[in-house]
Amino acid sequence: MRRREFFADLASNLSRPSASKGPGFYTNAVLRTHDDKPIRFYDDLIKGKHAVINFMYANCESACPAITANLLKVQKALNGRVGRDIFFYSITLKPEEDTPKALKEYAEMHGVKSGWTFLTGDPHDLTTIRFKLTSMDHPAFDLDVAQHTTTIRVINDSINRWTGCSAQASVGTIKQVILWADPPKPLEERIRENKKIQARIDKIEVLPTWLGSLADD
Amino acid sequence: MPKKRKKDLESSKGASQTTRRDVLKMGVVAGAATVLTSRKSLRSVYAQSVPPEPTVCDATKFHNSPRTTPFMRQLPIPPQLQQTTLSPAPTQQANIAGGEAPRAAHQRWNEFLPVKQYALHAAPALWQFHPELPPSYVWAFNGVFPGPTLINNYGQPVVVRFYNDLPTVHTLGFAIPEITIHLHNGHTASESDGFAGDFFGTGLFKDNHYANIYAGFDAFGGLGDFREAQFSYWYHDHRAMFTAANTYLGLVGMYWLFDNRDSGNENSMNPNALRLPSGYGVHDIPLIFADKTFCSDGTQLALSTGIVPEGDKWTVNGAIQPFMRVNRRKYRFRLLNTGPQRTWFHQLTNGFNFKVIATDGNLLEHPITVNQITHSVAERYDVIIDFSTANIGDFIYLLNTDNEGIPQYVGRQSPSPLPQGVKIQDVVMRFDVVGNETDNSQVPATLTQYPNINVPIAATKTWEFTRDTSLPLASQFQVNGLTFDANRSDHQAVKGTAEIWTLRNLVPASDWTHPVHIHFEEFRVLSRNGGPPPPLETGRKDVIRLPPGNEIVLFMQFRDFVGKYLIHCHNMNHEDNFMMVRWDIVDSLAKKETFRKEVVG
Repeated sequence: MRRREFFADLASNLSRPSASKGPGFYTNAVLRTHDDKPIRFYDDLIKGKHAVINFMYANCESACPAITANLLKVQKALNGRVGRDIFFYSITLKPEEDTPKALKEYAEMHGVKSGWTFLTGDPHDLTTIRFKLTSMDHPAFDLDVAQHTTTIRVINDSINRWTGCSAQASVGTIKQVILWADPPKPLEERIRENKKIQARIDKIEVLPTWLGSLADD
Repeated sequence: MPKKRKKDLESSKGASQTTRRDVLKMGVVAGAATVLTSRKSLRSVYAQSVPPEPTVCDATKFHNSPRTTPFMRQLPIPPQLQQTTLSPAPTQQANIAGGEAPRAAHQRWNEFLPVKQYALHAAPALWQFHPELPPSYVWAFNGVFPGPTLINNYGQPVVVRFYNDLPTVHTLGFAIPEITIHLHNGHTASESDGFAGDFFGTGLFKDNHYANIYAGFDAFGGLGDFREAQFSYWYHDHRAMFTAANTYLGLVGMYWLFDNRDSGNENSMNPNALRLPSGYGVHDIPLIFADKTFCSDGTQLALSTGIVPEGDKWTVNGAIQPFMRVNRRKYRFRLLNTGPQRTWFHQLTNGFNFKVIATDGNLLEHPITVNQITHSVAERYDVIIDFSTANIGDFIYLLNTDNEGIPQYVGRQSPSPLPQGVKIQDVVMRFDVVGNETDNSQVPATLTQYPNINVPIAATKTWEFTRDTSLPLASQFQVNGLTFDANRSDHQAVKGTAEIWTLRNLVPASDWTHPVHIHFEEFRVLSRNGGPPPPLETGRKDVIRLPPGNEIVLFMQFRDFVGKYLIHCHNMNHEDNFMMVRWDIVDSLAKKETFRKEVVG
């Protein structure tokens, strides 16, 4: 590790949320965005943030386009929170092919809006990050790039909460899984929401479901 | 210091010393809150003793848990939960303003008005798994791991209030402070069944209503069909995606029922009574298995990804490699595997064997004697071990002869001689034969009759459990090609009917045994791979091992209540990857059509 990086990590460690796994875990590798800007993984993308991360590559024709389309619907369902307090990151599995320009074209082709950053970088760094985020303690899975295109990892660094699911799950389920990483609301606010949820339960004959999803409207 | 204040301090100190001494006697570091009744006093106890969240050690640099000397602690027995008076009083409709989680109104509340009330608080505590280990941070019910045991009789409806007193700010890096408690496998109305999507957060509570009736109540009258009796249950968190981590942290406990046949009294004069070995913690003993991994500071290790790997420390009732003093007589042991993943292969040394009297809490028609039990997550086996042929001074060891799972790490020699060929890392616990004792218990050759299953079949349903390794991991664990969605119902059964369900683990490249659990009613195994089921699957069960290439045909019934229920793999790591499906019981065929239009879509 270069001396400057060491001190940068040290400084970052000192200022991170107390519960965070910090740059020592996530790495502070410098990645490039689809706008070709350098960006530090922990400090700029994870630290204190609520992040939704998936893995893709621009020429992936099987699962990736459908997943990107699915995530666009999820983004819409999150009612404007994406870019405000929830951030989407798509990390390429093929950094050798996916230049920032290729990722920008991919993003534009799919109509991706603000709050969603596509990332490429040094292959070694990206593999390290992928291991950290998705390790299932299962070498056959951990070593296989193709295993990752449908994994969504949700991280809220401020409370050290991880959730995640298949990117092919329903929009409603993915949205719930993302919201499960929200910090808890004050009790009084949750009781107010529960009144609304209960009113809906009382009205419908068929029993619901993710109770959290009933508070929305 | 003013005199009065000093006196107050002394008296409070005295009280806490008493508590501490009692607690230590039970092998508990923090807790013993079960003796307290009011919510307020519990709150104040927890306020003093809430341990801070530890930092979990780095899994990538982890080698093994600390060394521990075998047989240092006597087998702990979870305290029996005493009834209380809940305030505010339980109500049929959810008491939202009072802090209850939203739910449908209790079904048949007035018919089965609770005669007893219980309080269980899910809260952080410290628990010492071994005298040589520092106390471990756990999430436990009423401060003890495993949680207190609830013991009642059929015909006594109860309400159990589950309080979520977990930390609001939770930074451990795995698990989630939200709970939904399932009574496995209660004949329970949906709103009290701990559905995976019905979780609630810190500061709230939820009342689960347990009618404690036999299944088939509507058809049989009385308390229902007594042949449907199930005696050994357990309760645990069922929070979607976090079941493995939350139960691993400690949110588990047992729940027993008795009736006038399995009456819990070996001296009974009632001619119908079975007179099985009796006395909670005396001759009728819970053996609750959990494998753990400990950091050097005692913190339980799990991965941020939510996966709880198999542990290298084997615990029984919350103690690593305990011993139990027994006399030369019969004992009933209720074996429970709380997971999250490991399958146990129980064996006894010195030529002793298990006389199995119940599978998943249901009495077998006739006891079956075996020398090995394959014990999947969530299964219960009630067994009789007869120590009358042993000599005083004998040591008899309970082994887990598992060649596939992660082995136990002991790191120290056995302080007592092991039988030839036995390795200390295979030993789960030790029975020390210490004396003689009267034994009025018996194990009748016929324990029960099975309920009639020659009834009209309304429908059939096939569930394919697959772990297709050709798919990406997040999509590998599927039921009928789909992962769990609480809003999607994949099957509807009509209340009061019977169905044939087929479980398959055939396609296309499955390499994993799935212990499949079905909520609500016990099933009967009609066939396994086209042939009759093996002996230990001939009785009633609610968890069934489904190895690759297997097809199991089950007889199912859906009686007395309606609502949403679950079928899932009880390997909790699979369950948390959404190898789980919602199905529903609806009132009538007409409702089934409406339901399909409105919900299934």
